[in-house]
Amino acid sequence: MSNTTHPAPNSELQSYLDMDLLRFTTAGSVDDGKSTLIGRLLYDSKSIFEDQYEAVKASSEKRGEEYVNLALLTDGLRAEREQGITIDVAYRYFATPKRKFIIADTPGHIQYTRNMVTGASTANLAIILIDARKGVIEQTMRHTFIASLLRIPHIVVCVNKMDLVEYKEEVYNSIRKDYQAFASKLDSIDIHFLPISALNGDNVVDRSDKMPWYEGSTLLYLLENIHIASDHNHIDCRFPVQYVIRPMSNEHHDYRGFAGRVAGGIFKTGDKVTVLPSGFQSKVKSIDTFSGPIEEAFAPMSVTLTLEDEIDISRGDMIVRENNQPHVSQDLDAMICWFHSKPLQANSKFVIRHTSREARCMVKEIQYKVDINTLHRLEDDKNIQMNDIARIRIRTTIPLLFDSYSRNRNTGGIILVDEATNETVAAGMIV
Amino acid sequence: MSKNYTLKHLQELESESIYVLREVAAQFENPALLFSGGKDSIVVSHLARKAFAPAKIPFPLMHIDTGHNFPETLEYRDWWANEIGAKSIIKYVQDSIDKGRATEEKGINASRNVLQTVTLLDAIEELKLDCCIGGARRDEEKARAKERFFSHRDEFGQWDPKNQRPELWNLFNGRKNVGEHFRVFPISNWTEMDVWQYILAENIPLPKIYFSHKRKVFMRDGQWLAGDFDFLAKKPTEVVEEKIIRFRTIGDITCTGAVESTASTLEEIVQEVAASRTTERGTRADDKRSEAAMEDRKKQGYF
Ligand SMILES: Nc1nc2c(ncn2[C@@H]2O[C@H](COP(=O)(O)OP(=O)(O)O)[C@@H](O)[C@H]2O)c(=O)[nH]1
Repeated sequence: MSNTTHPAPNSELQSYLDMDLLRFTTAGSVDDGKSTLIGRLLYDSKSIFEDQYEAVKASSEKRGEEYVNLALLTDGLRAEREQGITIDVAYRYFATPKRKFIIADTPGHIQYTRNMVTGASTANLAIILIDARKGVIEQTMRHTFIASLLRIPHIVVCVNKMDLVEYKEEVYNSIRKDYQAFASKLDSIDIHFLPISALNGDNVVDRSDKMPWYEGSTLLYLLENIHIASDHNHIDCRFPVQYVIRPMSNEHHDYRGFAGRVAGGIFKTGDKVTVLPSGFQSKVKSIDTFSGPIEEAFAPMSVTLTLEDEIDISRGDMIVRENNQPHVSQDLDAMICWFHSKPLQANSKFVIRHTSREARCMVKEIQYKVDINTLHRLEDDKNIQMNDIARIRIRTTIPLLFDSYSRNRNTGGIILVDEATNETVAAGMIV
Repeated sequence: MSKNYTLKHLQELESESIYVLREVAAQFENPALLFSGGKDSIVVSHLARKAFAPAKIPFPLMHIDTGHNFPETLEYRDWWANEIGAKSIIKYVQDSIDKGRATEEKGINASRNVLQTVTLLDAIEELKLDCCIGGARRDEEKARAKERFFSHRDEFGQWDPKNQRPELWNLFNGRKNVGEHFRVFPISNWTEMDVWQYILAENIPLPKIYFSHKRKVFMRDGQWLAGDFDFLAKKPTEVVEEKIIRFRTIGDITCTGAVESTASTLEEIVQEVAASRTTERGTRADDKRSEAAMEDRKKQGYF
């Protein structure tokens, strides 16, 4: 019937299973070389297939370009091909023997803040490109601000097109100084700097012999080795119940499992837990998976919990530890990025989604708008347009069970949905 | 004992996919899993089994049968559905043709792949499905690189690449108006290599034609097509010969190309995939029709 084989202990499989995962996003303004950089990473790390390379080569020739335009490798939809620009978030994949990478490729135009916010929401790391000839510009600050707002744990600033400034150390150093002066105003993040030429491949995958003054690592080395183990919260136990599993079979007659993805902390069998919002207490009886029960579960594992006591629990409830509980409230403040062409109005109503919980809410107050180029609070400007960042106060119809976004991205993120069109109109980070 | 609380990448992908499948069960009333018998939809159904254990998968597998499937695929389909205890629904492209809903393509490159769209959209309407789960991956093709996990379709089943809902963190917005539906792609973030390594690690059974076998084939546009089916018309110059081949993807017989291969175990296949320098969609004739072929079919409602 089926052709099965039993895998012998296989060292190649073993090393594949040992790889970990880094998600990163790229930001830069138009023509800073983002597509070229991604193309270069894919090509030099041998993640490009022959037919893809041939297709790009043919397209380059058709366009009358002198060299194989690696930027075309990441060029997606037809509309963009026609306009010659990237218009949305596109995801790319490559792997080295150490890590697998997911790139959220987002464009850098002013009107597309929402795309960068989207790409940044799941990223461990952001690459921010600066054109060596232009230095730190408004967009650089905006991208850095968004990365910090979305709490991307690591930032790598690539000063690109070093070939066009004769690979000069002074140029690099002065850009670096400018950037640091600006970034020091933001919440502390782990920042790295690199001088590169995406076009020629200097310091991307291979070390450059043109910049002997640079003693740091290449971009790929950094991506492969940056420490990501502490990017998840392993302290505050949070288990949003996603789905209740009730087999309704003779074999599992009384089984009630609470399926979900651990959003924080480490759950162990025997742990005393509290279920919110009811406040009922119980103990973890088992942590189940298809392959059998396991002893402990941590973020971002998808598991099924069973409890010692029969408690009424449904989607949207949260299982936590007794002595470490999230906020339970109908009032919250959030920094939001507005996504819709229709401006945000105070007192308007939305559907709010947070972990596995959904409620209705009202925007009680627009507190201020942020000028994303200067980071100034514009207390008098309450006109929130698409791509604006603002601080707002929200009241929900039922309590949400949340942490501040800076404490836990999984339990501090919200989206607002328009009740009439069902479009996602804003993303928010609970303050 | 010091412990490292990080997931390895395949574990993280698995956990993400299980999360997405559970969201489907929680957010939709009447979902179905589109099952083609290919390795991607097999992996998705395997993940669905994991997501809801010890309960059964709370939605049916649905196969859109072009009538041009390899017999091995159909045999596998029925066996697998039974194995994982899933309900299965089969809809036939032939029925759409008989009812005059779809017109058979003519000529040497005729394929029923495009007609699948009609049968699928009719099935969605007839069964009032509000969500179809698919095994598409973003790494397969450029147009898919921008696809969301939850992909919203209007009442005509169409995809509008410029008006996709932004997806943040793991908050998926499956709200919709009457008549609209969603396509959900739980393994969006997997690559071809991930899928193969996972099949190997989990020892998931596959249809026989993925493995090396002897078959009558003929060469067209640089790839081997099956030579043992009458509905696949041959040009006079196309000579049928016997080769040791296997299929890297499973689709409609008329447009699924085989590769010469002696890989007869999963390990050998994984090694072959690792060494190969051609993407798997390179062996599917339907995407080659034009550079933007996939994008066009998506807009019409196929995947
Ligand atoms: N000289 C030089 N040109 C570059 C470099 N990186 C990118 N470019 C060129 O800058 C232009 C814009 O690059 P592209 O990757 O399309 O920019 P994007 O808009 O940020 O994606 C193209 O003509 C590239 O060839 C570099 O390191 N050096």
